[in-house]
Amino acid sequence: MADFSITDTVDITDVVCPVTFVKAKVALEELDDGDILEIRLNDGEPVQNVPRSLKEEGHKVLKLTQNDDGTYRLIVQKVGD
Amino acid sequence: MPFTNEQLERYSRHIILKEVGAKGQKKLANAKVLIIGAGGLGAPAALYLAAAGVGTIGIVDADEVDLSNLQRQVIHATADIGKPKVQSAKETMEAINPDVTVNTYHTFVTSENVLDLIKDYDFILDGTDNFPAKFLINDACVMAKKPFSHAGIIRFKGQLMTYVPGQGPCYRCVFKEPPPKDAVPTCKQAGVIGAMGGVIGSLQAMEAVKYIVGAGDLLTGYLLTFDALKMEWRKVKLPGNTHNCAVCGDHPTITELIDYEQAECTDH
Repeated sequence: MADFSITDTVDITDVVCPVTFVKAKVALEELDDGDILEIRLNDGEPVQNVPRSLKEEGHKVLKLTQNDDGTYRLIVQKVGD
Repeated sequence: MPFTNEQLERYSRHIILKEVGAKGQKKLANAKVLIIGAGGLGAPAALYLAAAGVGTIGIVDADEVDLSNLQRQVIHATADIGKPKVQSAKETMEAINPDVTVNTYHTFVTSENVLDLIKDYDFILDGTDNFPAKFLINDACVMAKKPFSHAGIIRFKGQLMTYVPGQGPCYRCVFKEPPPKDAVPTCKQAGVIGAMGGVIGSLQAMEAVKYIVGAGDLLTGYLLTFDALKMEWRKVKLPGNTHNCAVCGDHPTITELIDYEQAECTDH
């Protein structure tokens, strides 16, 4: 999975809306402009909403793929300081 | 220290806000706010600041909870009658949010203790009900270079303004000195609609939160007034010139704190 140079990884499968987005947002706040965050998230509401909410905050969604265990892997690039 | 999942959930509606975020929430957690007066204004302010996760909240009040307080001082309950207000307030705030440290000061503010009370705090809320205390708090905050929120409520009216050192007029720039004793009734004599404390005290909490997270514009240089009977708000621009103020001006004549005489309550 060395397709991107991942700066940090966060697992948001242990929380539900809206903390899914909050946890992803908090992880992004720790990063610098251009850094890449890998997010592990559940199917359903998180997959529908988290990428969209992160885009609305101005970040770049690079890739979303399904993992073997049914969870998803979302790659986001931080935009802004 | 990173937030726990439980804290992320508790503060999620803050953290989601672009103007707050995790950084703002951390600033709140590290902030220290002093509320002077655990009454009509201080009660709602204390509830919201505790709920918001302000890490350290000091609360100053010399009184005990009285039955006549409960119509508006929503931090106290019927079972708290007779208890020091600071104690009752602390219990309610800790019940709302165990993340918060509440320091209690069971005393009146005086020229002797006010500088010591405010010195460790980042922002002060004046929730007192009398002019001597309001001038004392203003002068002390100017001298100690502390930002504070002034507010007052009576009958169906309320007002507030925010002072930040170097960013506009202080309370004394606007109201030179306390009115003559008994020229103005206290809210004991005049009455006050309970929800007015909720309206104006909540706005004081709002100013404190905005100051801490650095969001938006504060009420510096403005007096915001509210008339509930007419449902009218006025945002009055205050004179920008503070040079001649007796306490925050270029050549202050008030260099020591003053304990003005308190108006006697004549309604009983």
